[in-house]
Amino acid sequence: MAPRMIRGAQAVAEAAALCRPQVISAYPITPQTVIVEELAQMIANGKLEAEFVNVESEHSAASVVLGASATGVRVYTATSSQGLLLMSEVLYNIAGMRLPVVLTCANRSVSAPLNIWNDQQDSISLRDSGCLQFYAENNQEAVDLLLLAYRVAEDHGVMLPALVCVDGFLLPHAYEAVDVPEPKEVDAFLPPYQPLYRLDPDEPLTFGAYAEPDKYMEARYMMQRAQEKAISVIQEAGHSFEKVFGRPISALMERYRMDDASTALVAMGSVIGTIKDVVDELRSQGQRVGALKIVTYRPFPKELIYHALKEMENIIVLDKAVSLGSGGPLATEIRAAFQGSPQPPRVSGVIAGLGGRDITMDTIKRIISQAQKEVMEAEFVDLREDMELEGVD
Amino acid sequence: MKLTVGLVARPGTSRANKTGGWRSDKLPRFLQAKCTACDLCALTCPEGCIFGEDKNTYWADLDYCKGCGICANICPVDDIEMISEVC
Repeated sequence: MAPRMIRGAQAVAEAAALCRPQVISAYPITPQTVIVEELAQMIANGKLEAEFVNVESEHSAASVVLGASATGVRVYTATSSQGLLLMSEVLYNIAGMRLPVVLTCANRSVSAPLNIWNDQQDSISLRDSGCLQFYAENNQEAVDLLLLAYRVAEDHGVMLPALVCVDGFLLPHAYEAVDVPEPKEVDAFLPPYQPLYRLDPDEPLTFGAYAEPDKYMEARYMMQRAQEKAISVIQEAGHSFEKVFGRPISALMERYRMDDASTALVAMGSVIGTIKDVVDELRSQGQRVGALKIVTYRPFPKELIYHALKEMENIIVLDKAVSLGSGGPLATEIRAAFQGSPQPPRVSGVIAGLGGRDITMDTIKRIISQAQKEVMEAEFVDLREDMELEGVD
Repeated sequence: MKLTVGLVARPGTSRANKTGGWRSDKLPRFLQAKCTACDLCALTCPEGCIFGEDKNTYWADLDYCKGCGICANICPVDDIEMISEVC
């Protein structure tokens, strides 16, 4: 289908509908609400055959999709920020029960202070939950990764929930040209969900039962193996995607002008668009700069990342989240990938864009020139000066 | 029992998973002397592991009893006593 100029929320909702979920449950929260509003409207207008369950909180929304998924149907939900945090208790259960729930997270900062704008602290805080995590650069990827997420999550070698992360406001509220595929193409790429186990009164099963110390560790080990297996499943799904839809997808990561680069910027999500513009500008001035976009954050494709970055002199990792008391979560893992290598590159970590602070091309250019002078551990960029850092007696 | 994906369990696993080992202090002894078969001990047992039908026939399945003592506490004729685990 030809690309149409549509709002991100509409594109994501149309993609979700194309996956034919039978149960959708969600609770409104800015900036996600626009997505499920579209879906609710489609169901009310008879354009989508699905059950929309209205609930009183995100904890309940996650619980509804957990239960529905356990009965063997495809489900969808979406949330942001505090909503995702409220879901987190249930999401750990969804992952542990190995239910392939797919969720769009419209990334937003977390309270306090209250702030509705974009960063990625919400989904990063679910790093260790067992959920797969994909980060979209633009609305086309928000659509494509949603289709891919279902296919990977439902693979019998994986069977884990997936978060498709889209930078709040920057994507759901932005109008872009998006190619939303035809239903028959999506059906060819994404066959109906075949559960491994499902709740059925005629053949009772228990999901999420109690496991003593002689079993629990194996359950977690199986999840770790499934995460590792997901790397090849994502690669395979990416190839299949290109065959069915006739256009490329960056499923694990994307190398942008990395050939012969000596400095690489690494980031996730929509900021990659700005970074690519900076790379183009600096390349036109003869600077050997490239960018590495991490699309799949969980599982973390560390071997591919290592090989993509091992020739670099300077690596600059931009995190839109912070592990308070440590540093940038992505920077920490990129550094770990080079642990033990004979000549590790210089890895700088910068924290930027928290709570909707703009990351401009100038910001990125300043970061690059600073990183060429010194290695930054976890530098907060573009900070104001007027802060009270210690209490006054 | 093989560990399934998600540790999904078929019915009847509690037959294999005996939990009486959690009992840490005392266990009930059914004296079977003054019992009136009122059934209160079986009805209030949180584990559902007390059985009996007629007077002086009640007993607790120690494979599952946690030793909470509710049965001994509720028995109207004091026909159950909590005794030390170690004999």
